[in-house]
Amino acid sequence: MSIPRIVGAGLIVIGVGVGIGRIGGQAMEAIARQPEAYGKIQTAMLIAAALIEGIGFAALFATTEIEG
Amino acid sequence: MRKTFLITLLFATSLFVSNNAFASEKEAEEGADGKDLKTEIKEYIDHHLLDSHDFSLFSIEQENGEKKHIGFPLPVILWDNGLKVFSSSKFHHGETVAEVDGNYYKLYHSKIYKTDAAGTINYDDKHHATNEKPLDLSITKGVVMIFITCLLMFWLFSSLAKSYAKNGSIPKGIGRFFEPIVLYIRDDIAISNIGEKRYKKYMPFLLTVFFFIWFLNMFGLTPLGVNVTGNIAVTAALAIITFLLTNLTGTKDYWKHLFDPLGDSMPWLGKLPLYIILIPIEILGIFIKPFSLLIRLYANMQAGHIVVMSLIGLMFIFKSWIGSPLSFGLAFAISLIEILVALLQAYIFTMLSALYFGFASEEHDHAEAH
Repeated sequence: MSIPRIVGAGLIVIGVGVGIGRIGGQAMEAIARQPEAYGKIQTAMLIAAALIEGIGFAALFATTEIEG
Repeated sequence: MRKTFLITLLFATSLFVSNNAFASEKEAEEGADGKDLKTEIKEYIDHHLLDSHDFSLFSIEQENGEKKHIGFPLPVILWDNGLKVFSSSKFHHGETVAEVDGNYYKLYHSKIYKTDAAGTINYDDKHHATNEKPLDLSITKGVVMIFITCLLMFWLFSSLAKSYAKNGSIPKGIGRFFEPIVLYIRDDIAISNIGEKRYKKYMPFLLTVFFFIWFLNMFGLTPLGVNVTGNIAVTAALAIITFLLTNLTGTKDYWKHLFDPLGDSMPWLGKLPLYIILIPIEILGIFIKPFSLLIRLYANMQAGHIVVMSLIGLMFIFKSWIGSPLSFGLAFAISLIEILVALLQAYIFTMLSALYFGFASEEHDHAEAH
């Protein structure tokens, strides 16, 4: 694994971490504001987190798995 | 009740950790034959992630230096100018060449290659094997696990259905555990995403795919050492079914939304330059949706297995008393997270499938609303 790939993988993880962290944080705030909407907020949060995670994994695989 | 549950959980996790640790200890001891410990551990992890042609749980090194594999061989089915069926015990775990009807086959990195009688593998300059690969339709470890899961699900849910018929809509035994889950999938996943009118059509698929992924994920955490949902072919097959169901059951409005996203809100002359960009994006979207489904499930399970195995491998890197408790503690914590991830990934796959089915079954009055 060459150095640009390692740096790229690190950048991806930072980006995904910031994204999912923001989703989690905002969901917490929303739940604190409206505890009765807990279920709906949690579902929406999980979907958004899963979408970002999917892109993140695809990018990680592009940096690490593809030869050449 | 809670106490017994916790004890069972602790026991199961420690069993999982200890079994893997035991196996990698045996691998690590072979470090004398030139390879260093890190390569050894890496190879062991790589081997665990791959599908294999025999169901071997672990291997023991005997006193005379031979390895004794605990497990059983599985049938190998090849299509190579005619059907060839033989037992994978002929490969001796990749150590010897199998001769079938005058053809020679060898296992190399869990893949079957056609070789000469001596079992030579040719490489190109990137160290990839260039030997001919026959079409491999074998019953591998992963396939066996899929069969077992299918049988388990069939037996479990058909007996539950029968118990409902007998007891008059009151869940019994394990049905008390599964009924809330089934109801949750129906009410909060299917109805809320697809809509009251059309959700029934998709329920069988959603329930099946949820329990299939969940059970296989959980089997991946047992000492059996299977990694079925971490195999890209399995997740690809599941995603292709979602893709086909979405597009084959799509309503007229779904297709209209794809090829005419702006509708009547604009004269066609104004829409034309936009559509040169919009329609290719919409069409790409059809394929990207199932692709992200398959990558997400595959990568999550693969990553989980790599993390657990690496943490166990720490034990042999540290070579001091701190290694064992550290790696046990970390592997234990990650295993608990993995139990959550197993459920979460099954949920997300089902949820997103339902969301895509919801797009496919949108009606015109809904389309006008946004």
